[in-house]
Amino acid sequence: MAVVAQPHDAPEGHVINQTHAEVTRDVVATLGPPTRGYVLLLLGAVSLFLIGIATFLVLIKDGLGHAGYNPPVFWSVYITTFVFWVGIGHAGTLISAILFLFRSPWRTAVYRSTEAMTVFAVMTAGLFPIIHIGRQWIFYWLLPYPNERYLWPNFKSPLIWDVFAISTYLTVSTTFLVFGLIPDVAAVRDKVSGWRKSIYSWSSVGWKGTDNQWRHYSRAYLYLAALATPLVLSVHSVVSWDFAVGIVPGWHGTIFAPYFVAGAIYSGIGMVLTLIIPLRRALKIEHMIHSYHFDNLAKLTLLTGSILLYAYAMEYFVAWYSGNTFEQTTFYRRAFGPMWWAGWSMIICNAFVSQLLWFRKIRTNLTSLFVISIFINIGMWFERYVIIVSSLSNDYIPWAWDQMNPTWADWGILLGSFGWFGMWFLLFAKTFPIVAIQEIKEMIPMPRRRGGHG
Amino acid sequence: MAFLKRSSKATATRAAGVVASFLHVDAAVDAIRALRAKGYRNLVVYTPSPNHEIEEALEHKVSPVRLLTLIGGLTGCTAGFAMTIWMSYDWPLVVGGKAIASLPPYVVIGFELTILMGALSTVAAVALFSLLMGQRGTPFDPRFSDDTIGIFVPTTPDQLGPIEQLLRSAGAVEVRHEAA
Repeated sequence: MAVVAQPHDAPEGHVINQTHAEVTRDVVATLGPPTRGYVLLLLGAVSLFLIGIATFLVLIKDGLGHAGYNPPVFWSVYITTFVFWVGIGHAGTLISAILFLFRSPWRTAVYRSTEAMTVFAVMTAGLFPIIHIGRQWIFYWLLPYPNERYLWPNFKSPLIWDVFAISTYLTVSTTFLVFGLIPDVAAVRDKVSGWRKSIYSWSSVGWKGTDNQWRHYSRAYLYLAALATPLVLSVHSVVSWDFAVGIVPGWHGTIFAPYFVAGAIYSGIGMVLTLIIPLRRALKIEHMIHSYHFDNLAKLTLLTGSILLYAYAMEYFVAWYSGNTFEQTTFYRRAFGPMWWAGWSMIICNAFVSQLLWFRKIRTNLTSLFVISIFINIGMWFERYVIIVSSLSNDYIPWAWDQMNPTWADWGILLGSFGWFGMWFLLFAKTFPIVAIQEIKEMIPMPRRRGGHG
Repeated sequence: MAFLKRSSKATATRAAGVVASFLHVDAAVDAIRALRAKGYRNLVVYTPSPNHEIEEALEHKVSPVRLLTLIGGLTGCTAGFAMTIWMSYDWPLVVGGKAIASLPPYVVIGFELTILMGALSTVAAVALFSLLMGQRGTPFDPRFSDDTIGIFVPTTPDQLGPIEQLLRSAGAVEVRHEAA
């Protein structure tokens, strides 16, 4: 993976030098028979997922004691990983909805893969609160349903807000993804034959691309984007309030919502890069996702990474400036306490590694971008781990302090979540067009008899 | 419900007519303008992706989807606040003499349900307008989802000839007749 070929590096780099027929052909080609590498990757993902399943079965049988929950730390790796995956999801909606409203044409090539990533990341995240509650079979107690004791959930609790925010987010992002897929599935339907044709016919729900269908569809897409835009900002704000509403030192900060949203988008774009750099090569779509797109993704990473740098600095500044001993102790111990290694991993991977992206050479070099994206993934997982565990393990009374050490059950579930996510993403990439056929075509001017671009 | 009429009329029966394929967008626009000038307003135009020139030539009204988005959003917002307030009073938990139903935290639920219901009703609206009441019975060619623009003109048998003539002179690459 060296520097990408640069045929499209002109300012109008998003223009694709292909005809409509070539776009359909190349994207439909990605759905062909799986290669050896793909099968190996999928097997790897499924194996990780099975590790997660095995761990989960032990947890169901014996209880959460395996997960290293000891006083005072009862939120640890599962909640960390929950926030991690929810955060990953945010980049997809940012790219598919917010950049759609801002009319950023470069989003077109990458938005389908990021949106799929969103749906699968939120699907993964949604498992964690359920794993974490310990008695999974009564998870529905979180929902407001009529019951014989006339009890309702406490709507003043951020944990209930979270139930609503995450389930809304999962529903709306899935809807947005499926909705965007309809015309593309129809285009695939008209290119394949046999049993595949019947499956795609069924899932294209009778799409013919008539003027009337487009008229309603385009409008609806705009409204879905407009609804998803505030949603994406709200979801991670609500997740941050799970912490910020609690009066735990290191959590009780007003900057938590914007700080978490920026972090979420940052981690999400990190994951996008980790996924699409190998994917474009495996699916032979290098001419559709090229250095122009990576340059833009890297700039977004730089922006959100700089917001994180500022937020980290502010957290330390406010801890010092507040004169609050508990706040000061918490932040001192994050850098120099027993968890210093996690604290510095978070600061270095997030705030400093992203600053390398000021250099254009690094932004357009796929090897360096891929390495940076791995750092981002690690750093953002540690960010949540540090926030959650370090605050809980050293709160107000030193007598009650204790350290938390992740156990095999924590790692098993964490690995399982990567397997679950990877499995869905890989299956999606081989089943549905991973590049939005219809939207790419919309950017390519149709041929004209009289020449020129009208 | 005037906006429902257009599509239901077009799909009432499987209509006879002429199907033309175009590879050039300006040729298709010329054909649409010419047909509309002659009074053919029931055209069905197929494109691989939405195209502004064709939309302009067809002079569509703004899609009624927005109305259902609005209704869905407002319903969700009302439902969110109504549910939380009603449930708070249904089993009052008085803590420190504070308000039983306190609106600021309920904004979160109201907001989430606004988005949820807004999005779902938007999709339901599209399903209603363009899939269910949609284009059953109109002819289709697999190339229309690839790189070809199609125009279907429903008409009576005696008009087939002149319409074919018109379409060909506008630049259709292929014209075929569709039996009822």
